[in-house]
Amino acid sequence: MGLQIIKPDTNIDFIGVRKIAFIISAIIILTGLGSLIIKGGPKYGIDFAGGMIVQVKIDKATDVSIVKDAMSGVDLPGLVVQTLGMEGDNEYLIRTSSSDISSQDVRGKVTGALSNNLDGAGFEIQRLEMVGPKVGADLRSKALEALFYAVLLIAVYISGRFEQRWTVAGIMAAALASSIYGIGLLGLDMGWLIIMALAITVALCWYLKLNYALGAVAALIHDVMITIGIFSILGKEFDLTIIAALLTIIGYSLNDTIIVFDRIRENNFARKGSETFAAVINKSVNQTLSRTIMTSVTTLMVVFCLFVLGGSVIHDFALALLIGVAVGTYSSIFVASPILMGFGPSSVVEKEAAA
Amino acid sequence: MQSLRWRIIATLVVLVLGLAYMLPSLPGVKDTPLGNLLPGDSVNLGLDLKGGIHLTLGVDMDTAMNNNLARLGDDLKASAREEEVFVLRPNVLSESQIEIVLVKGDQKEAFDDIIDKYSPFAIEATEVQDGGKHKYTLSVTPQYRNEIEKLTMDQAIKTIRNRIDQFGVAEPDIRKQQGNRIQVQLPGLQDPERAIKIIGQTAHLEFKMVDDEADIEKALEGILAPGRELTVLRNKQANGSYTESPIVLKRDALLTGEYVTDAKVLLDTWNQPYVSISFNARGGTIFTNLTGENVNKRMAIVLDGKVYSAPVIQERITGGRASITGNFDKAEARDLAVVLRAGSLPAPVIILEQRTVGPSLGQDSIDKGVMSAFIGMALVLAFMVIYYGVAGLVADFVLCLNIMLILGGLAAFGATLTLPGIAGIILTIGMAVDANVIIFERIREELRRGLTAKAAIAEGYGRATLTILDANVTTVIAAVILYQFGTGPVRGFAVTLTLGIICSMFTAIFVSRVLFDLYTKSRSEGAKLSI
Repeated sequence: MGLQIIKPDTNIDFIGVRKIAFIISAIIILTGLGSLIIKGGPKYGIDFAGGMIVQVKIDKATDVSIVKDAMSGVDLPGLVVQTLGMEGDNEYLIRTSSSDISSQDVRGKVTGALSNNLDGAGFEIQRLEMVGPKVGADLRSKALEALFYAVLLIAVYISGRFEQRWTVAGIMAAALASSIYGIGLLGLDMGWLIIMALAITVALCWYLKLNYALGAVAALIHDVMITIGIFSILGKEFDLTIIAALLTIIGYSLNDTIIVFDRIRENNFARKGSETFAAVINKSVNQTLSRTIMTSVTTLMVVFCLFVLGGSVIHDFALALLIGVAVGTYSSIFVASPILMGFGPSSVVEKEAAA
Repeated sequence: MQSLRWRIIATLVVLVLGLAYMLPSLPGVKDTPLGNLLPGDSVNLGLDLKGGIHLTLGVDMDTAMNNNLARLGDDLKASAREEEVFVLRPNVLSESQIEIVLVKGDQKEAFDDIIDKYSPFAIEATEVQDGGKHKYTLSVTPQYRNEIEKLTMDQAIKTIRNRIDQFGVAEPDIRKQQGNRIQVQLPGLQDPERAIKIIGQTAHLEFKMVDDEADIEKALEGILAPGRELTVLRNKQANGSYTESPIVLKRDALLTGEYVTDAKVLLDTWNQPYVSISFNARGGTIFTNLTGENVNKRMAIVLDGKVYSAPVIQERITGGRASITGNFDKAEARDLAVVLRAGSLPAPVIILEQRTVGPSLGQDSIDKGVMSAFIGMALVLAFMVIYYGVAGLVADFVLCLNIMLILGGLAAFGATLTLPGIAGIILTIGMAVDANVIIFERIREELRRGLTAKAAIAEGYGRATLTILDANVTTVIAAVILYQFGTGPVRGFAVTLTLGIICSMFTAIFVSRVLFDLYTKSRSEGAKLSI
């Protein structure tokens, strides 16, 4: 047999450390939320906020402060200069909050300022993007809609999938869709709708005793919140690709959780009288641990390559995936399963179903 | 073993098809004799990879409706006049209403008739004013409005397509979007600003008479005689910039750009470029008449509301040609000729979104994407062999097959590969081995329980297949939603991710099983498995 990082007889007491895990998760989530509150919400890229960016590559190593100084005399509203990608790329992003100015003007101003103030260093405008307020608002609502439908569909899928109770899943879908429709009539904005949808999903899972679904939803909320929080702490911007990363993280996190939960169900059916549900969960998490870690390692390997080598445009996207995959692995071991444990009645339901 | 033979054949067929569709995308293959034999074309690259301009234009529908109603009003006035019914100049009230005053009350019936017969208007209200005048409020139906909006959009798209054709861009993509928007994609363009200027210019050309008797001072204070308008005359300064001075024109356009059939740049005797335009027969007649009637008066040539030049008409001009001088430089004159030839936009357009990627950045993105894919892949391949031995080799083989199938699939379906799309492939490299990991771990467990190699493989595949299938459903749900709501680059990600998942299920479950069966077939029943 080949290498084994996780020995077959591994038996780590994951359930035993659940309190510590919850505290760690809570601290990270609260820090992220704190950062979001202090900074007045997530920092939007031009996709969502509107405005214009100019990506400039300078042909020799230049500190960002020099570029900032070079641009300081330029009259553009809400001017921000930041580095892009990895060190050594010498790529900078010049951003203005206005989208009323013609791109020709902005090009001219940037070219003028840089060619006068950079001591003759060569530079190239590689990319220019302008998003007007209307398109920005559209993209924002589209992104939220995407997140909303993802939550809705996945909530329905996992409640049906985990519990094998598709009727209940149907009821759940109908209840969720109609209550969201009702709330939608109040004219709340899409962001609130998503929060409401999640709250209703969690409440419905709890009320209908869909405990596996509850664990999975809690884990994915956990993963997305931590990713958003860390992004906020790092001062990274949210744009369309980050939303794509978040949806991928949701998919990945559920994938992990499904594999662990499947094993829990399998072992629970075969459970002997004296064994507690906690022991079943622990056994299942340990049995799947090798797979969980292997997949996470290969995925993190490639995402890390993308993060380091993929270039400036894709850098933040790779960062989001890096955080999300790491957190998703952690949550399927330390968050999803203990939550299943926390809602004890599950074992009763399982027994009834088995009988 | 009969079934094994068929599975081998199926695997080989897929392998060959994948190769055939993938090979043209590799550099240097397409133009060889081999490349000509292959069915597919290379993978389409998105604008973020090959460089170019992405524009979202908004058509100003309110202005289009206003213009349209003003014209309808003028037509109605003209029709009434032909029947000797006298009305005052109509006023546009909103995007669906105009106001028109009938001078003599006793002609009401006749005018009602004319409205009914010659115009799409319905009478909304009438009001009797002093002196027997009747003020009519007329409106068009929402259906008529929709009709006009549709026509306006179609014409705008046609005009933009004409202009881009004149510009000479390979494979432009112009399409209508919801909410009176037009999406324009121009790959690999060197001078984005010029393209944007040409696409976005309304180019509404009008010939109007200058009112030289008007008092400019009073006009600037807002006091204008009826039927007059205040506008600006462009003057080029010695340093190349333009200044604008006020000028008063008679409001009625005597001739417009719709009669223009051709426009070209010529040089005058001082080597100054100017634009020569030709009218069609009807336009030529109008031009001859209007110049004949207005000798020794100034005629303004107005483009998008600004006067380019206002020469004095020396004599009646026949031959259906006119020239626009305006101290242009050569590039300006050339671009003006382009827009005049292609026709004017039915309404102003606003640039709502613009994304320009330079060709060097696009190539840079491809290079870096391919580099990270190779290094990531090498790491994963090495890791799998070290961890799983021969079984790892099987996983590596199917992973390579998987990547080949994704690329072949992209080419076969004519999908577009974007930078996030490359990221999706890279992510797939990491996630696709998951299916094999699940199966291998299960086989290891079964071996530990004491099963023979063959039984363990059968058990491992049997139990893991369902798990793999529905673990992947969630990622597919996420990808489908991304495709539905995403824009260009993000859609590319959704496509490669979905393709990657589907291919990985086929390769990891089906093809790797074939390889395993081949591997165990030649060995004795009790031999150990390298896993």
